[in-house]
Amino acid sequence: MIKFLVYVAIILTVLAVGYLVRVFELASSLKGKRSEEITEKDNRLMGRIMLTFVVVFFLFVIWQLKNYGWRMLPEAASVHGKELDWLFNFNMGILWFVFVLTHILLFYFAYKYYGRKDNRATYFPHDNRLEMIWTVIPAIVLAVIVIYGIKTWNHITDVADPKSQVIELYAKQFDWTARYAGTDNTLGASNYKLITSTNDLGMDSTSSTGSDDIVVKNELHIVVNKEVEFKFRSRDVIHSAYFPHFRAQMNCVPGMTTMLHFTPTITTAEMRQKPEVIAQMAGINAVRKARGDKPEEFNYILLCNKICGNSHYNMQMTVIVETQAEYDKWLATKKPFFDKGGASAPSEKSAASDKGASETKDDMARDSIKLGNGGKEEMESRKNN
Amino acid sequence: MSMENHGHHDSHGSHEHHGHHDEHHHEESFVSKYIFSMDHKTISRQFLITAVIMATFAMIMSMLFRLQLAWPNEHFGFINWILGDKWGKDGILEPGMYMALVTIHGTVMVFMVLTGGLSGTFSNLLIPYQIGARDMASGFLNMLSYWFFFLSSAIMMASFFIETGPASGGWTVYPPLSALPQAMDGSKLGMTFWLLSMTAFIVSSLLGGLNYIITIINLRTKGMSMTRLPLTIWAFFVTAILGVLSFPVLLSAALLLIFDRSFGTSFYLSDIYIGGQALEQTGGSPILYQHLFWFLGHPEVYIIILPALGLTSEIISVNARKPIFGYRAMIGSIMAIGFLSFIVWGHHMFITGMNPFLGSVFVFTTLLIAIPSAVKAFNYITTLWKGNIRFTPGMLFAIGLVSTFISGGLTGIILADSALDIPIHDTYFVVAHFHIVMGVSAILGMLAGVYHWYPKMFLRHMNKKLGYVHFWLTFISAYGVFFPMHFLGLAGVPRRYYSNTAFPMFDNLVDINVLITCFAILGGLAQIIFLFNFFYSMFRGPKSVQNPWHSNTLEWTTPMANTHGNWPGALPVVHRWPYDYSKPGKDEDYVPQTVPLAEGEVDGGGHH
Repeated sequence: MIKFLVYVAIILTVLAVGYLVRVFELASSLKGKRSEEITEKDNRLMGRIMLTFVVVFFLFVIWQLKNYGWRMLPEAASVHGKELDWLFNFNMGILWFVFVLTHILLFYFAYKYYGRKDNRATYFPHDNRLEMIWTVIPAIVLAVIVIYGIKTWNHITDVADPKSQVIELYAKQFDWTARYAGTDNTLGASNYKLITSTNDLGMDSTSSTGSDDIVVKNELHIVVNKEVEFKFRSRDVIHSAYFPHFRAQMNCVPGMTTMLHFTPTITTAEMRQKPEVIAQMAGINAVRKARGDKPEEFNYILLCNKICGNSHYNMQMTVIVETQAEYDKWLATKKPFFDKGGASAPSEKSAASDKGASETKDDMARDSIKLGNGGKEEMESRKNN
Repeated sequence: MSMENHGHHDSHGSHEHHGHHDEHHHEESFVSKYIFSMDHKTISRQFLITAVIMATFAMIMSMLFRLQLAWPNEHFGFINWILGDKWGKDGILEPGMYMALVTIHGTVMVFMVLTGGLSGTFSNLLIPYQIGARDMASGFLNMLSYWFFFLSSAIMMASFFIETGPASGGWTVYPPLSALPQAMDGSKLGMTFWLLSMTAFIVSSLLGGLNYIITIINLRTKGMSMTRLPLTIWAFFVTAILGVLSFPVLLSAALLLIFDRSFGTSFYLSDIYIGGQALEQTGGSPILYQHLFWFLGHPEVYIIILPALGLTSEIISVNARKPIFGYRAMIGSIMAIGFLSFIVWGHHMFITGMNPFLGSVFVFTTLLIAIPSAVKAFNYITTLWKGNIRFTPGMLFAIGLVSTFISGGLTGIILADSALDIPIHDTYFVVAHFHIVMGVSAILGMLAGVYHWYPKMFLRHMNKKLGYVHFWLTFISAYGVFFPMHFLGLAGVPRRYYSNTAFPMFDNLVDINVLITCFAILGGLAQIIFLFNFFYSMFRGPKSVQNPWHSNTLEWTTPMANTHGNWPGALPVVHRWPYDYSKPGKDEDYVPQTVPLAEGEVDGGGHH
């Protein structure tokens, strides 16, 4: 019934506007005017609105900078991230200048030169000098942007330090698993055909470098001020490992291994003490409280940033940056995946993680899982990586 | 079908000409006049009306997912009313459907509205009119082009009526997600529909594009040299070339995807374990698809924006009553942008793990595009300087385009920088960027064209005041929607997330999404004004005079009737460039292209 009334209201509104338009047109034709003709009065009005618009637009932009600016990502927590932030601000400086300048010119001219009845435009078809100016100046500015940009890019994508810690991040619908390379700092071989319900990553039990690999789900621990080199694999579709706080991102592509390295510079504990983070968390927790959710502490996060299926919006992993001592202590509680004896410690939860394509919306709360006995039944079908 | 070459020798009088058109003199049936018409004007109107309808659908889709983003888990009767209990149970949008809406919204806007709709409408309308031709080189291919477009649009919309819903892997439909039916519902039958629809679309685009190119090269009237063409035609010409060179690559990408989906090949698939089993396919590369897709995909954004820029050049010049500033530089920019658009596709793939050196090359080529774009922007601004601006609704939209083209283009400089792209790739910063620079700009350009050439298409005027209201509401809400999105991106919010509630770090951005959605609703409501004005004026709008804007171009020398062959008598002969507005020494502030040069007069804004 309400829907019906809404329909009726919409139809009546359209009819009413139609009649108003008709009345307006008839009235102006009675006055001897063509209603579609643009009068000087129209031009003046539109010119003034143009000028008003640009002022209001700038105020809107300033309002956003003031209101939203402090809620952006906090200070970069990696070495290259600081370089990137500098480069971003440098480029933005240039862009803001061009944005403001061109918009003032555009809308001011629109206002100043609105059409008058007895006026005539200036015939000014071209001017080589002017055109040269606005070809060459952008070219020079862009050259600067390109040089700085490529310099930073080369720096970021350079080969990782051979001493950096190797960690594999394994993506699948819809969670992340980390594999630590163990004492030899070399990942063991793996093959997607070895994947079973107990061997999520398809790790090869015969690989000599894999015997000390440690597998942990949904939580990533890295050491502050120590370069870490990530190797990404994906089981099913393309995912993207996005570390917003470290200004790092890399796609995870099935059938290939992609790589990325960075050096975290601020521990999670230190970050929680930064004034801007405290302010942000206060805002966040105020919103959560109003919504009836429990308060949260700041955490670094790894999220999936390439559309990967229905639960794409909830594919995440907490990242913990800590001191070497804290890290060693944490790692000591974990056992290698192919631990001697083959079985998991009895206290640990053994979750069947193979859910195929079904959607699991509460994947996030899962603990670290260590599974033994992997791959044995797959021996005959094994292929080398 | 007839390839009569009236082009250069048709000035001898009307009688000779009539011989060519005997077949058109009989009364036409309704079907051949309005449905299977081969007349460029009718086909143009068919494209426009189809595009308006498709744009309305796409806009409604965006309303649905904007509601979800601003108020996740709220119950909206509107959502349930449109999507029913399956996808909108209790008025909450289902996550798979959210993805589908995002995907189809993107596909429809990019292809059906801003490629088919924009080029199809205005290339068809203006190419024969503005070059002084009686019709397209091939009316039959032109008709096929429209009907393939219609078929494509129909298949795309039909995918909403199948059990597993439409394609939902994003408008780029990257495999393996789009190749594996196990990966999501949208990759089942809906994806097949998507591929079929795109195949029909590519056929339509190629038939149209080849026709536009041939017509512009062969059917220009006497005196219409390439450097006397209006910038609209230059833009359509380069656009058509881009389409003809790049759409076949998309077809190849789609074809390989069809093979992977249906025939067990592994062009894009390798080492995948899904749905509890390891697939046999090995050795393919999902990245190959991305190269093929973006080899079309990047020229595609220029296929979208160049016609809009062409329309704007014409409209700004006519209504500023000034020649477009730097006509030849404008042609040069169009060609430079067209050329460069083929060697920048890799900037969509900086974080796929591509060779960093290759990344650097794409940074360089991409940033080069900023130079011709800057030239265009400054030339528009200079055209306004010391003009005598008449603010028709079309002119307002054209000025709006210049603004959004600049502000969206500037953020492109950030994204083109591979290093800076790393932390904002696939975030809302990108969504803001491309919506402003190509979505909003192209829509504003298209609307500018609709208001400006409406009298030519429908022989009547749209209502001016409704046009004003429509422009300001649209323009304000466009910035209201897309400007704040930059901030979401800089806060690290990824695009294509059904909801941000799984991440506490995004909780204090809720109000930004609410603001965006409010502006989106305002912008949506503003389009109702347009739709009303558009359809109402077709029948009831005030009748137009022959040259209402006092333009120089040839389309306004035809009588206000949709006659076959455009000019009842001989084809017009062109004597000058199209931008002699407010030329010193002339009585009127415009000199149509058909007026012969006076003694000693220099043509083309040449040196005095």
